[in-house]
Amino acid sequence: MSTSEGKMSDLGSSAPWPAGAAARPKVGARTIFFGLLLLVAVTLPFISKNFFIFQTTVVMVYAIAILGLNLLIGVNGQFSLGHGAFYALGAYTAAILMETFGLHYAWTLPIAAALCFVAGFLFGLPALRLEGVYLALATFALAVTTPQLLKLSPFEGFTGGVQGIVITKPGAPFGLPLNSDQWLYFLTLAIGLLLYWLVHNIVHSRTGRAFMAIRDNPIAASSMGVNTSLYKATAFGVSAMITGVAGSLGAIVIQFVAPDSFTFALSVQLLVGLVIGGVGWLPGALIGAVFVVFIPNVAEEISKGLAGACYGVLLILVIYLAPQGADGVIRAAVDRFKRLL
Amino acid sequence: MGWADPKGMRSRMSAAADDIRADAGQPVIEVRDVTVRFGGVLALDGVSFDIRAGAILGLIGPNGAGKTTLFNCLSRLYTPSSGDIRLLGRTILRQPAHKMAGMGIGRTFQNVASFHNLTVRDNVRVGAHSASRSNVASDALRLPSARRSEREIDRAAQELIDWLELGEVADRLVAGLPFGWQKRVELARAMAAKPKLLLLDEPAGGLNHDEVQELGGLILKVRDEGDVTVLLVEHHMGLVMSVSDRVVVLNFGRKIAEGTPEEMQKHPEVISAYLGGGDE
Ligand SMILES: Nc1ncnc2c1ncn2[C@@H]1O[C@H](COP(=O)(O)OP(=O)(O)OP(=O)(O)O)[C@@H](O)[C@H]1O
Ligand SMILES: [Mg+2]
Repeated sequence: MSTSEGKMSDLGSSAPWPAGAAARPKVGARTIFFGLLLLVAVTLPFISKNFFIFQTTVVMVYAIAILGLNLLIGVNGQFSLGHGAFYALGAYTAAILMETFGLHYAWTLPIAAALCFVAGFLFGLPALRLEGVYLALATFALAVTTPQLLKLSPFEGFTGGVQGIVITKPGAPFGLPLNSDQWLYFLTLAIGLLLYWLVHNIVHSRTGRAFMAIRDNPIAASSMGVNTSLYKATAFGVSAMITGVAGSLGAIVIQFVAPDSFTFALSVQLLVGLVIGGVGWLPGALIGAVFVVFIPNVAEEISKGLAGACYGVLLILVIYLAPQGADGVIRAAVDRFKRLL
Repeated sequence: MGWADPKGMRSRMSAAADDIRADAGQPVIEVRDVTVRFGGVLALDGVSFDIRAGAILGLIGPNGAGKTTLFNCLSRLYTPSSGDIRLLGRTILRQPAHKMAGMGIGRTFQNVASFHNLTVRDNVRVGAHSASRSNVASDALRLPSARRSEREIDRAAQELIDWLELGEVADRLVAGLPFGWQKRVELARAMAAKPKLLLLDEPAGGLNHDEVQELGGLILKVRDEGDVTVLLVEHHMGLVMSVSDRVVVLNFGRKIAEGTPEEMQKHPEVISAYLGGGDE
């Protein structure tokens, strides 16, 4: 086979592929960038007003929720219009454990994580038979059922019915010189970084490659030995777990849960954040979350009466300008920057 | 239908190997009376044959003869309505599709079925899935066991990339690669599971003359160095006749002939199936 290399290369040059299609920013530049970002993140609560700290914390909560959704949709290729349900499950788990059972808030997070993993895994099992639009419908059903379930009178003793549950705001532990907002900011940041690390590890592992193989070609994946049912249900479970932890954090940070915070609109918001950030690109979750949290405010600034319409126009504008989400924009910018050098 | 110069290519490529191997090994796979029905269509009708260890068996037949259907039975994507398929003496029909790779049956697809948003290297790594162990928790936490398994996968993938000369595209996305490269990636991916039996479904489809020549050499190389038995479905007669030790001919779901490449080229039913095209 001495000729093979030459022949195949000829073939290669006759059919050019976009230069650097698979290229990512160099590891060095990337490390510096994320290091700086982390530095800003750590100093921010000491130089900002409490309300801005609170808002940034909410952004991080949404980013975590979107990260979970990205693992399912972007990495594994399963669609969900109902991730708000897992967010709600996490939020109510935290609220009920804290207010009804008097549990310390730190304990509610792992419990919510476990519960949401199991719920996601179990939902994922029957959903295995559903593809594309049918899965979208099933998860949509989940999203619209959730607020109704939370209002049901038999559960009212736990859920507080329509009124919801008010949560006491936890302060900083170990006598740390931080106010409540600053503490919750750092807690959310730490948990967000931990979850990001876990998801990043999964994506770059045997499990993550199995997820992506299923996304790209499920039949070929199963012929390569991937148990597609198990991996799809697992992806659903882990995704629900991450979004659920975001829900718990959200409940603690916002100090309130009620059925009407967890309507179908929440699921759609998570989806919007995912698309804006870039489907399949993990850091995009943060950019998507910034959009989801701040753009409605911007829309309201533009026109109080037509806030909804303004939001819609802004959304369409962003989608037209960045059809592949922030991922595409950043990649194009990095490419151009490299060419300049 | 190029029945071109099988002798010449054959002697160049595999003379030594097929003298030693033809009919020498134990059957790796035994196909027994396999019948597959799709509604009214009888895609396979009582097909039986063996493949001996180390052999390259060519499976030919006109379009719609049932070749891919047989492949799909062997990789458990379809279940025959009757009959049996045994791998090293044990039936595979009670196993799910995803167990096949681990049991030693690897395959490529008629129209490439790559993981197109993954790099070549990652495609090959997925191929090693069945030959490695980990779970979502060990992978998420990067436990030592997961890291060890990841190193083994990396080493195996690198070996295959070198062996099948994929080095220059190893870190490119498969989606951007020309068809010929993609086929080679699929071969590397299938070999990453260290199969005992390799199923190749029309590997020459869409390749030009020179690439087909190369492919013939590649198949022999994989068989000889990769220590694997090959079932080759192919319409390119020159290729089939030059690399196969034996050939099985299907027509309308039935086996109409089996023998050496030379015998098949003289077989009246085979010739009429290809030339006549009708129901014999
Ligand atoms: N999933 C299916 N459902 C219904 N009919 C099918 C299915 N798969 C194959 N068939 C039919 O079974 C017969 C055999 O098809 P198969 O794909 O096995 O042929 P083949 O020998 O691989 O042909 P080709 O050389 O064109 O690839 C055809 O009549 C085909 O239409
Ligand atoms: Mg076929």
